[in-house]
Amino acid sequence: MSTRGKGRTLPLHVVLVAVGAAMAVPLLYALLSGFKSTDQLSRNPVGLPHPWVFSNYTDILASGSFWRLVGNSTLIAVGTTVIVVAVSALAAFSFARFAFRGREVLFTLFTMGLMFPFAVAALPLFLLLRSMGLLDNPLGVILPQAAFGLPMTIIILRGFFRQIPGELEEAATLDGCGPLGFFWRVLLPMARPALGTVSVLAVVTSWNNFFLPLLVFTDSTWWTIPIGVQQFQGQYSTEYARVFAYLVLAMVPALAFYSVAERQLVGGLTAGATKG
Amino acid sequence: MTSTFLPDRRSGPDAGPVPPAAARRPPRRRTLHWLTAVGLQLPALVLFGVLVLLPILFALYASFFRWGGFGMPSNYTGTDNFSRLLQDPVFLGDLWRCLLLVVLSLVLQLPFALAMAVLLNQKVRGRAVYRMLFFAPYVLSEAITGVLFSMVFAPGEGLADHLLGGIGLDGLGGEWFSGTSTVLATLFLVMTWKYFGFHMMLYLAGLQTIPAELTEAAIVDGAGPWQRFRHVTLPLLAPTLRISVFLSVIGSIQLFDLVWVVTAGGPDHHSETMAVTLFQYGFKRYQVGYASAISVVMFAISLVFALTYQRFVLRRDLEGATTTMRGAGA
Repeated sequence: MSTRGKGRTLPLHVVLVAVGAAMAVPLLYALLSGFKSTDQLSRNPVGLPHPWVFSNYTDILASGSFWRLVGNSTLIAVGTTVIVVAVSALAAFSFARFAFRGREVLFTLFTMGLMFPFAVAALPLFLLLRSMGLLDNPLGVILPQAAFGLPMTIIILRGFFRQIPGELEEAATLDGCGPLGFFWRVLLPMARPALGTVSVLAVVTSWNNFFLPLLVFTDSTWWTIPIGVQQFQGQYSTEYARVFAYLVLAMVPALAFYSVAERQLVGGLTAGATKG
Repeated sequence: MTSTFLPDRRSGPDAGPVPPAAARRPPRRRTLHWLTAVGLQLPALVLFGVLVLLPILFALYASFFRWGGFGMPSNYTGTDNFSRLLQDPVFLGDLWRCLLLVVLSLVLQLPFALAMAVLLNQKVRGRAVYRMLFFAPYVLSEAITGVLFSMVFAPGEGLADHLLGGIGLDGLGGEWFSGTSTVLATLFLVMTWKYFGFHMMLYLAGLQTIPAELTEAAIVDGAGPWQRFRHVTLPLLAPTLRISVFLSVIGSIQLFDLVWVVTAGGPDHHSETMAVTLFQYGFKRYQVGYASAISVVMFAISLVFALTYQRFVLRRDLEGATTTMRGAGA
């Protein structure tokens, strides 16, 4: 870039650094505060820890309850993802490759699901889960999450399945593949990038869900990370440093997952939204 | 990833590849074909029907009863719940706050996200890092974000007050989430921190579909940066902007997690949203019939907004499509 160009981009850099600081400072504040004692935090709220206190973090990592939350969140996220992707793939295959009466009505029904606020269904859903005996059961969160994830997943997968040329299906048919054989041996392997995208979306949505686990899990056995964080703050409301350490540790899995799966996540979100 | 889905936008809903020999086949084969197609839909239909549609229909039914949530509703009260709702100052306040958050998002948050997208669409040093940093809060749970900011904005002892104090602006801070007049603004600040990166990413994906030749042609024609933005970038970004506005409004209507964790609607209902009111009545006071009426109104608002928006705004992106619902693919 020429000197003229550099002079012009200086204000731009100032803006970016300022916004970047506003984004990063709350996170860094939490990280550093976790390395202080609560006493130190009140005397020295903004500076670097002195001395560095590691016990907040190590205490939490050494306790079983934190790992239990991680395990619960993982189990529920994996269960939700497997169900929603499997069920959606079948439906999307039918929408994309079959011409049948009622197809557009059915597809419209699913797309309308995108507009249903979860809160609208929350009350009757809770009563339904209670009558089915699914309260305090991970399936009570997994199944509704999968159901509410269907519209988005079906729309993305249907779009992808439609891209695959019809010639491939003809060739598979000539080779003696039925529709299911084509789906299993040709379509699914080809759709791996799209399956990756919808899986990442499902994992993140499940991981961060708060409302549904709040309703379904009345005792701590199955609590997920978001519930655990809220409860921990309630329990240790005066021990700020510990709460900060807990927050930071609770953020790590999501941020780590994001750094690994950034392309799928952003690709999936923007594909869902830039598609007409 | 985006470009993969682009051809889809231009074709009608029936333009997808038709399976070979689907058009003319003997009746028996056709029945089999139909059975396979519907059989594949079955698991999705059952899941969606039982856990999404059924509860929503049941909420509609229960909203006409005075009901505590045990047994079946039996005390039919007609539209009493709805007339009570329309006189409930808290619920009317919810509607007002929802409108306020929608307007604030459209006037401040989305333009800010657009500005950042335009900045980061240029060749700037470190733009990959900025993109990642701006989007990162989106992947954090609302519960974590809420707890974090309840501590950042803790009156007198949080980071915000210390920073303001450090530059001699003590007077600006102080109340944040605990003041009736400041709570909504503080909430909006946190929402912007958390969500603007998502909209920025949408805009960036949209910007990348704008051919460089168009901008270059505009430069040749002597258009300045503002003219290029106004007459090239903005019109071509319009479909993305419309979807982003749609998602932002729906998000404001549904807002729950963040509010529940930080303030639970307080102080004195000044940050309460429709979903929080619903939760209070349905799960804390066991007025399930009344809470169902709230959910029906929420649903009606979402539906009316979505259909109107689609009819008058999104339609332009869907010319040639035969079904009207395709715009909801967001």
